[in-house]
Amino acid sequence: MNDVDVKDLSAEVRRYHWQRISAMVLALCVLVHLLVMIVAVRGGLSGAEILGRTQGSWGFALFYGIFVLACAVHVPLGLSNIAREWGGLRPRAALWLARGLGALLLVLGLRSVVGVYTGGQ
Amino acid sequence: MVQASLNVSIWRGGSEGNFVSYDVPRQDSQTVLDVVTYVQRHLEPTLAYRFSCRVGMCGSCAMTVNGKARWTCRTHVSKVVGSSGQLEVAPLSNLPVIKDLATDMSGFFDKWAQAQGRFVGNKTRHDDFARVQPSSPERQAANAGIECIGCAVCYSSCDVVQWRPDFLGPAALNRAWTLVNDERDVAQRERLRAVASGGCLSCHTQGSCTERCPKQIAPTAAIAGLKRRVVQAVRAGQL
Repeated sequence: MNDVDVKDLSAEVRRYHWQRISAMVLALCVLVHLLVMIVAVRGGLSGAEILGRTQGSWGFALFYGIFVLACAVHVPLGLSNIAREWGGLRPRAALWLARGLGALLLVLGLRSVVGVYTGGQ
Repeated sequence: MVQASLNVSIWRGGSEGNFVSYDVPRQDSQTVLDVVTYVQRHLEPTLAYRFSCRVGMCGSCAMTVNGKARWTCRTHVSKVVGSSGQLEVAPLSNLPVIKDLATDMSGFFDKWAQAQGRFVGNKTRHDDFARVQPSSPERQAANAGIECIGCAVCYSSCDVVQWRPDFLGPAALNRAWTLVNDERDVAQRERLRAVASGGCLSCHTQGSCTERCPKQIAPTAAIAGLKRRVVQAVRAGQL
């Protein structure tokens, strides 16, 4: 096995590792997200009330910033694996698919966080 | 009291072919291998299948019985035939069919070699022998997987083998894991590279291999161990 192959292999192993790490972060984030949602909505909650709580809240921005980051790492790697196994995509193509999806999720997710934090101002 | 006869569908042909139905006299304690043997000796002399020991030691009679890979010599008909009375016998999945129930297993064994499944030592006959503590975690981990006899039931049951032709499969990776835990072996880096490039990280931990292994080995646990070692090696810059 030459150096280039070992480098590619190490990169693949690191992606696998980061997918596991991000899964652990997501497990926690999803739990908190669902619990807060259930508790907060009890008794009815309007969009304006939600924005009233999230606007200017650094805690909210930090939590969902981490959530988005974990999604942007975890989801593309999983989808590219599915594309390889079920769609027969070549490894290189699957990697670029993951990179594209990761960038898309990151931009869309962070845009949402900023939007809810600032209230679209 | 068992019924007088059994209807069995047996795969005939190569990769292209079809199931052919036969009626076989039903007997007490009859195994699936008994049924296949009866068909070949009395009804269809050209039927190709593979067996040797008939007592669950050699692992050569594995076939797909009613959709699941099994040793046919150790599978009683009464255990797999439900109320419908139907028995279907096909060749192992994920392996090229040579003829009827016989598969070409060379790809399966080539993957053992690719996984660096052979011991590499650096001692000679003039050196003292190695003293391995039977109670050490490494020796225990090796013990857990060492009884594999290479029947390919796990390989045939694995979805990842079907999806990724380069995946080394549960048996080869289990073999590699026993050697990773062999403290006398000196080819550990090559082996970790081999299993990482052979897709050990792509195991879904679905556990079909472990569920169906007739030797009660857990290749899923072996592969999980390899995943940990590969990640540790990369993090330490030693892959």
